[in-house]
Amino acid sequence: MSGSADRLPRLLALVPYLMSHPGAQVGEVAEVFGLTEKQLIDDLQLVWMCGLPGHTPGDLIDVSWDGGEIIIDNADTIARPLRLGIDEASALLVALRTLAATPELAEVPGDALPRVMAKLERAAGEAAAAVSSQVAVDVDAAPDALPRVRDALTRRRRLSLRYYVPGRDEVTPREVDPMRVVVVDGRTYLEGWCYRAEAMRLFRLDRVLGVDVLDVPADPPAEAEPIDVTQGVFRPSPTDELVELEVTPAGRWVAEYYPCERVTELGEGRLRVALRARDEDWIVKLALRLGETGRVVAPPAMAETVRGEAERALALYAHQS
Amino acid sequence: MSRRKTERLLNLVICLLATRRPLSAEQIRQAVPGYDRDGDEAFQRMFERDKNELRELGIPIDVVRDPWEDEPGYRIERESYELPEITLEADEAAVLGLAAQVWQRASLAEAASGALLKLRAGGVDTDEPVGAGALELRVDTRDPAFPALWDAVRDRRVVRFDYRGAGSESVRTRTVEPWGVVSRRGRWYLAGYDRDREAPRAFRLSRVAGPVTPVGRPGVVRVPGGVDLREMVGFPEEPAEERVALIRVRRGACQGLRQLAGAVREGRDGWDEAELAFTDSERLAGWMASLGADVEVVEPPDARDAVIRRLKGALS
Repeated sequence: MSGSADRLPRLLALVPYLMSHPGAQVGEVAEVFGLTEKQLIDDLQLVWMCGLPGHTPGDLIDVSWDGGEIIIDNADTIARPLRLGIDEASALLVALRTLAATPELAEVPGDALPRVMAKLERAAGEAAAAVSSQVAVDVDAAPDALPRVRDALTRRRRLSLRYYVPGRDEVTPREVDPMRVVVVDGRTYLEGWCYRAEAMRLFRLDRVLGVDVLDVPADPPAEAEPIDVTQGVFRPSPTDELVELEVTPAGRWVAEYYPCERVTELGEGRLRVALRARDEDWIVKLALRLGETGRVVAPPAMAETVRGEAERALALYAHQS
Repeated sequence: MSRRKTERLLNLVICLLATRRPLSAEQIRQAVPGYDRDGDEAFQRMFERDKNELRELGIPIDVVRDPWEDEPGYRIERESYELPEITLEADEAAVLGLAAQVWQRASLAEAASGALLKLRAGGVDTDEPVGAGALELRVDTRDPAFPALWDAVRDRRVVRFDYRGAGSESVRTRTVEPWGVVSRRGRWYLAGYDRDREAPRAFRLSRVAGPVTPVGRPGVVRVPGGVDLREMVGFPEEPAEERVALIRVRRGACQGLRQLAGAVREGRDGWDEAELAFTDSERLAGWMASLGADVEVVEPPDARDAVIRRLKGALS
């Protein structure tokens, strides 16, 4: 909300905020509104120039921020914030419904969810309530491993996992200090400090083949910081090799499933996608899986590796076993 | 928006809220600084623009036509402007904080944080979200078609877009009365009435090619009662028949497959035999093909053929 186009709505929220929080600190208010202190002071100076018609000193809004403590007066006309817009109310209502539909995940005390939804619907009016019922979010929230993971989180215990990695066709034992449950794109992950990787990792719960809560307190190291999932869960490294694939309409799922650096339409539903390969083995497996629905076009050496592996595999089928 | 304009609009809002009687354009021109120096026509244009901008922000400006006056009068009614009194218990506020973090991308994330800001400005304390930090639930709306379809659903407006069928080479234009949008397993769908097919249909947003164009006026679409959006996008859950495939596995290879298999027997010549339950032979074939020369699907024949087809495809 720091752009100049958003300034008027911000001021119409700022004034009521200051009225309902008398004596609030400049730094604290700036943080709430996502502004620098300088930007906030600039807003206060603007507000101080406005007021009732006549615009005599007695009509103007009175603001002071001596010693960093903000006091506002003479702003009764806009003492209440503007009501919620339809988008604003629906965004919250849909999110609340999503939480309500996943009781396994959000252990919300008592009936707080229905209560807050009812209050919000009342405050927002019928239109927003109607729109929010036209948006549904399904979360696949009940993998078998979830209850034990939650138990370990609550009791701060270390977990022992057997974890399947399809890209490498491996099942590895992991000891993990659980830190949170993260739900992204409808899938549920455990985030924690993995002692095997000696790093923070996300574990997709439907790929956890076995889980035990150990009688060891979880004790993640100080450098264990939450992973930023705002850009999705797969985050290939920019130093990974860039591989180009061409896929047919039946292979377009690749562009939806993996983060691609470039996606080019080639006509008739075919695509050329460029993506970062975590390792060569992973891209060979992907190309073999795609079969006739996609092929590696660059780098040429990678394409050759795929053909070589396909040839060796086909040799197994040359005889009738 | 320039500082001067922001100032003028803020003064205009205060003026229209404060007045008990509707004010004519001329009275507003006198009362609100920033208008006075302009000619009549310039003022009219400026005032029109200002009213539109305020309405776009959701500020309700009433136009009152008094039969005794030539000019219409303007005012903002307090009850329709103000956020109604709302008080939340601590647990309710915490849940709201968690909900406000759900949306991951611009349009709805901004709407949610804007809403939260208004509620806080109205005196609602939203503290640390519930279970602070132990849960993060995020819903992405990365499909380029999402914002336009959300608007269409909200405005009950018919839309037209190009759509690519599953695995299809061709793109067709569809005209749809949108009933709602649904996220299922991380993918967004539009559910609505397909005017070309004359039937209810679901569309995957990732298959919408190019822009979504609104057709006709807002408020036209009627969502029939009893429509279940989730059901519309759900795949028919046919009870799939489970079968068992016999797989030869190179000794020492495919640790994952061995763990997932029902039984693994030691075989001859450095190969073991695994039994693997499956329902969809194409899915199984994709997985087995990806394992390359470390596995051979022995039976059933349809799965074996599907693997051979994929490997030949990868070879050419």
